[in-house]
Amino acid sequence: MAEIVAVIASTHHPFYYRASTATGADRPPFADEWVAKIERFRETLTRARPDVLVMVGSDHFHQLWLDNMPQFLVGKAPFYDANWYNEEREFGLPRYLLQGQEDLSAHLLRQGLDAGFDLAFSNELRIDHSITCPIITLRPEADLPIVPVYTNIFAPPLPQPKRFVDLGRAIREIVESWPSEQRVAIIGTGHLSLELGGPRQFGPHGPDPEFDRKAVEWIASGDLEGCLAEVTLESLHSPGNATHGFMDFMLMMGVAGEGRKADHVDSLDLFHTMEAYFTWYPNGVPQ
Amino acid sequence: MSKYLLDKFLYTVDRDPDLVERYRSDPRGTVEWWEAERANAVLNCHAGEASTWQHFEADEREALVAQDYERLFELGAHPFLTLTLFIAMFERDNKEPLEFQKAYGATLAAHFAMPYPDIAT
Repeated sequence: MAEIVAVIASTHHPFYYRASTATGADRPPFADEWVAKIERFRETLTRARPDVLVMVGSDHFHQLWLDNMPQFLVGKAPFYDANWYNEEREFGLPRYLLQGQEDLSAHLLRQGLDAGFDLAFSNELRIDHSITCPIITLRPEADLPIVPVYTNIFAPPLPQPKRFVDLGRAIREIVESWPSEQRVAIIGTGHLSLELGGPRQFGPHGPDPEFDRKAVEWIASGDLEGCLAEVTLESLHSPGNATHGFMDFMLMMGVAGEGRKADHVDSLDLFHTMEAYFTWYPNGVPQ
Repeated sequence: MSKYLLDKFLYTVDRDPDLVERYRSDPRGTVEWWEAERANAVLNCHAGEASTWQHFEADEREALVAQDYERLFELGAHPFLTLTLFIAMFERDNKEPLEFQKAYGATLAAHFAMPYPDIAT
């Protein structure tokens, strides 16, 4: 059976690419520290020597739209083009062509459906920065096949937080039952507190540093019970109007497992939002 | 109340470089053209399979014509869509980094507190 060699949860900051490649007067003062943290984070994936990446993210109204909105969707395609005109325009993101891992997509869909998750699928999916940001930070060679999994954290009505956790647990079991000798890393990105298009956007820190402190603690310690006791669809409005993206972190906590302490924890307080990086090694730290 | 149609306008304009420029330079002409020609288009369907019932309420149309992001927020337009399109149109006028984005937040902060207007469609 396949082995899960790393579970990784991260924020996806679309400004990283531009900040990390800028030079001279254009380079922001926080860029060097940010790059150093990302390079340490990248090493946690590199040392796990993955063959395949399952990548959890959320389309930002690029391909998925309100006339036909899936709650959870799995890409099943031989290739995925990546990034969109408005992401090039706003963030300067490059375009990619990523290879798919169709047999793992098919396995995830079949087993997920049979486990009670009515997963939507897409045979032609252009992915966005929720999946390409971790490619840029963690695997800039963009050389591994992927299985994209999209969640709806964006267009209400949304699934409940517990459903994200349960799907994460199911993805863990399903990948571990994939009849393959491949080494799989499961990578998911979301947000801590975040405000977009609202009164608290683009402040000197994230909109709710206290929420961010608690969130990092929940994730780092694998405290799903504490997290689920406090986080509801209603409560997530309070830290910032885009904070429902935290449910992708909750999904990844489900993948990592209740009570599992992360093997790598880091964060970076930036303007507008806090960055946070977590890696778990289910079978021990690779030597 | 047609929050969905407000969002559809923001979404379809934002993803089209020509429409972004057209909306910036001719807001009323673009909104009126879009409502007449595009509001009923079912995305992914050919023109013969259009909807027949979509239209803006008067205050929604005027909010779009006025490019009034504060009013769009109040009407429940999806804040991500409004922000993204308005950055595309107005960030270029910044005299310093994030000037428009910060002013946008400050304008909203003067008029809105939690809970924000409902964005469910």
